[in-house]
Amino acid sequence: MSYLEYAVKTVPSGLRKVLYLNWPLILLLTAVCSVGFLMLYSVAGGSFQPWAEAQMKRFGLGMAVLFVVAMVPIWFWRNVAGVAYLASLALLLFVEFFGSVGMGAQRWIDLGFMRLQPSEMAKITLVMLLAAYYDWLPMKKVSHPIWVAVPLFLILLPTALVLNQPDLGTSLLLVFGGAAVMFFAGVHWGYFTAVIGIGIGLVTAVFQTRGTQWQLLKDYQYRRIDTFLDPASDPLGAGYHITQSKIALGSGGWTGRGFMQGTQSRLNFLPEKHTDFIFTTLAEEFGFIGAVSLLVLYVLIIIFCVASAVANRDRFSSLLILGIGVTFFLFFAVNMSMVMGMAPVVGVPLPLVSYGGSSMLVLLGAFGLVQSAHVHRPR
Amino acid sequence: MKRNNRDSADSARRITRRALLLGGAQLAFGGVLAMRMRYMQVDQADEFRLLAEENRVKVRLLPPARGEMFDRNGAVIAKNEPSYRIVLVPEDAGDVEQVIARLANLIELDPDELAKARKEISQNAPFRPVTLADRVSWEAISRVAVNAPALPGITPEVGLSRQYPLGPDMAHVAGYVGPVSDYDLSKIDAPDQLLLIPRFQIGKVGVEAKLEDSLRGKAGNKQVEVNSAGREMRELNRREGQPGANLQLTIDHRLQNYVQARLGRESAAAVVMDCESGDILCAASAPSFDPNLFVRGISVKDYRDLTENKYRPLANKAVQGLYPPGSTFKMVTVLAALEAGEVTPDETVYCPGHMEISNRRFHCWKRAGHGQVDLLTSLRESCDVYYYDLALRVGIEKISEMARKLGLGERYDIPMSAIARGRAPTKDWKLETYGQDWVVGDTVNASIGQGYVLASPIQLAVMTARMATGRALAPRLVKSIDGVEQPMPSDAELDVNPEHLRLVRRAMYSVSNHRKGTAYGSRIIEDELRLAGKTGTSQVRNITAEERRRGVTRNEDLPWERRDHALFVNFAPYKDPKFAVAVVVEHGGGGSTAAAPIARDITLQALYDGEPPLEAYPKAARSKVKAQQERLRRERREFLKRESDRA
Repeated sequence: MSYLEYAVKTVPSGLRKVLYLNWPLILLLTAVCSVGFLMLYSVAGGSFQPWAEAQMKRFGLGMAVLFVVAMVPIWFWRNVAGVAYLASLALLLFVEFFGSVGMGAQRWIDLGFMRLQPSEMAKITLVMLLAAYYDWLPMKKVSHPIWVAVPLFLILLPTALVLNQPDLGTSLLLVFGGAAVMFFAGVHWGYFTAVIGIGIGLVTAVFQTRGTQWQLLKDYQYRRIDTFLDPASDPLGAGYHITQSKIALGSGGWTGRGFMQGTQSRLNFLPEKHTDFIFTTLAEEFGFIGAVSLLVLYVLIIIFCVASAVANRDRFSSLLILGIGVTFFLFFAVNMSMVMGMAPVVGVPLPLVSYGGSSMLVLLGAFGLVQSAHVHRPR
Repeated sequence: MKRNNRDSADSARRITRRALLLGGAQLAFGGVLAMRMRYMQVDQADEFRLLAEENRVKVRLLPPARGEMFDRNGAVIAKNEPSYRIVLVPEDAGDVEQVIARLANLIELDPDELAKARKEISQNAPFRPVTLADRVSWEAISRVAVNAPALPGITPEVGLSRQYPLGPDMAHVAGYVGPVSDYDLSKIDAPDQLLLIPRFQIGKVGVEAKLEDSLRGKAGNKQVEVNSAGREMRELNRREGQPGANLQLTIDHRLQNYVQARLGRESAAAVVMDCESGDILCAASAPSFDPNLFVRGISVKDYRDLTENKYRPLANKAVQGLYPPGSTFKMVTVLAALEAGEVTPDETVYCPGHMEISNRRFHCWKRAGHGQVDLLTSLRESCDVYYYDLALRVGIEKISEMARKLGLGERYDIPMSAIARGRAPTKDWKLETYGQDWVVGDTVNASIGQGYVLASPIQLAVMTARMATGRALAPRLVKSIDGVEQPMPSDAELDVNPEHLRLVRRAMYSVSNHRKGTAYGSRIIEDELRLAGKTGTSQVRNITAEERRRGVTRNEDLPWERRDHALFVNFAPYKDPKFAVAVVVEHGGGGSTAAAPIARDITLQALYDGEPPLEAYPKAARSKVKAQQERLRRERREFLKRESDRA
């Protein structure tokens, strides 16, 4: 495979590429990040320290990464997909043995100016490799069992390493993100319905056997599920976070309490108020209108991605953009579901808003790939 | 290597289809999220907002200042004094043990208090203040303040604590406060939130306990914003409470002080009642105790000393002590007989020194007998046989009825603890209580205030006041609550022929002014102030026939607890009664020797509103009285000096 497949002559070159960037998408990303700065300023009690300022610096760095990645032709990124995948696997293995363990047991490497979480990188490199794989694989073979087993293996390898950290949220994102790329690539419906069917059957079996001598989970594991299903049953224990989160969110009302007036986050009732639960602060201070506005921004980003992918005739580019879009979607969907009590607390940050360096850099880098695909699309 | 066009077109179609499909699913899920937001933030907003308020706002109680207590002249009986305590916030202290060690070098720390504090430190959140020392002196506080830089986390705090400046004088009347106990709480159905504050003090006995509701006041509260750890961040709202009501008692603290001192180390009680209003000017019970000990938390040793003392310092004998009234009851018997028309003043009864009734011999205190006695001489010389004779004619029911008219056997509505009802016995009462029929001997015993008859000193004072005034006076102890004058409990005419009362009063006059009167030695010689009284000596043991043959053992030869009670009741001045006085000296011997002199001194003190001149006393008594007055003055000086030293 080479760049010769692309009609290189029709692709803009040099600094002219800047004009061909998907600017609406960049503006949307900047808007979402700005919401993040605002909220981090608010949860710090009206101060740029300790979060907002650092987040802004990372945003600057992230934007630089985005532009650099966008300038590099997309075929280069396709050609290094395998290397990138192997590199993130190596980093995952590295942190498995030498990494530092922080809150929530996620492992990272301290780079001095930021902490790099290889699991964040893995999400993108996995999508890259799968897109490249299906770009290489002839359409006829896509649904062949052997050629379905290969991407499954590619997905499960980093997932197993991340699950071992243990980081349930990221593992789920890896699995769903990878599966989404397979789906886009045209893998037969049957595989997906089969997996979903088995999943439903397993869940039913778990619940049906409860209390019998064949029960599949331990009692404490059932209790955790209970707490998820009804957090009020244990408001000071396992359900504390989610109960407090719902209280803060629900008390926002239509228009919220006003900027910097959120009582629940200010008084520390909210856990992880600057990271995973930052959405509750937004919802409390700006109410339904504020929360839905952020949701609309996110959905617009997805729409722009899908539109860009559909318009792109290059298979690798389409799959890459769609895969990154789904990964991004999973981020905010899981996070919002979690803080609204619709999903268990699995530790997924709100993309581009939650405080966190790796996530911001990796996501903006990924959108750099989206831009590169957009700029270098066959015309 | 160019890609197959058909292949790539097929791929593009499939991708587009699936992209739109999954994109639509993502959009749909975004819609679900939006709906969930709407449901929580709009539909359920009120509910969640309420939960948020509960999270955030805590109500803290502001204890009200307890009402103060004054005597009838405005002297302070009970007040709130700033009390200093030393408080440690473990969070600010850093090394708690080191700070405590430094503090111990500066001031004295009570090991018990310290152990309690250490326990609290280990259990509470680190920002919760813990009291290390309570009721520390101003000097200790200043020493701590000067060394503040070396004592991180230590703050001196000021609170209010109860203080009784008159000490033992008012202990029985005012009572004292103490921390709320579980037992206190168990007695109350819906306890005031205040009572749940640690170390909150409530009245335990006396007026402090009985008028607790008035004295306590209403708690205020403040709403504070707290964070998730419970630390106060800022005050949102404050509603001041209502301080407790100030009380003015009817007690005259100077008279009370004198009487308490005059009773001295006897086990005795004395009550002075105002014949005009029924005000209790003095209700003394000796020996007494220092109520301040209880407020501070009395030591086990001090408490044992009080409970094991056979003179029972903790009992308020003025209202709780029940005694056979002895001969002070004879006025009741004679009034009952007069009212029943069973006797005339001039009728005489022969007293041979005893009387045979249903094969039992009832003795007069005077073995040789009084000879012919009429009403006046019988009371003056306290002839028992005369009353035996009257009792047989009148019967117990009428005697008891008269006793109740005069205020015996009745529990008055005054705010003191464990007020005794006393007893004006009836036939029914005996049948109910003992399942035995009333016998005539019971009536005979009752006629001279022995047997089943029991009265407390305050009841005897009321009886005397009622006879002196012809009005059904009832005692009043609280003059005003928060400046509102309390009504006289009762001011009805006494349902007794005034002529009969006059006869009894004249007889009482002669008890203490006739040369043959049993209290002649304790008379007042100032004409305008002469007192009229009656002695009483009540037996607490049976005297056997054998002992009578041998000669009755003298009181001085008996162990203390078997000696007779000495009683005296009187009013003065005779012509225009102002005060009614009752004195009981437990196991004091004879009423004329042990109780009458005390009553006379108290009466004079009340009449002169201070120390009386020696001229009011009979010449023979003056040197003794002078010595006594000097002794009391000296003791008072020493007491005041001790108090000021302690303060």
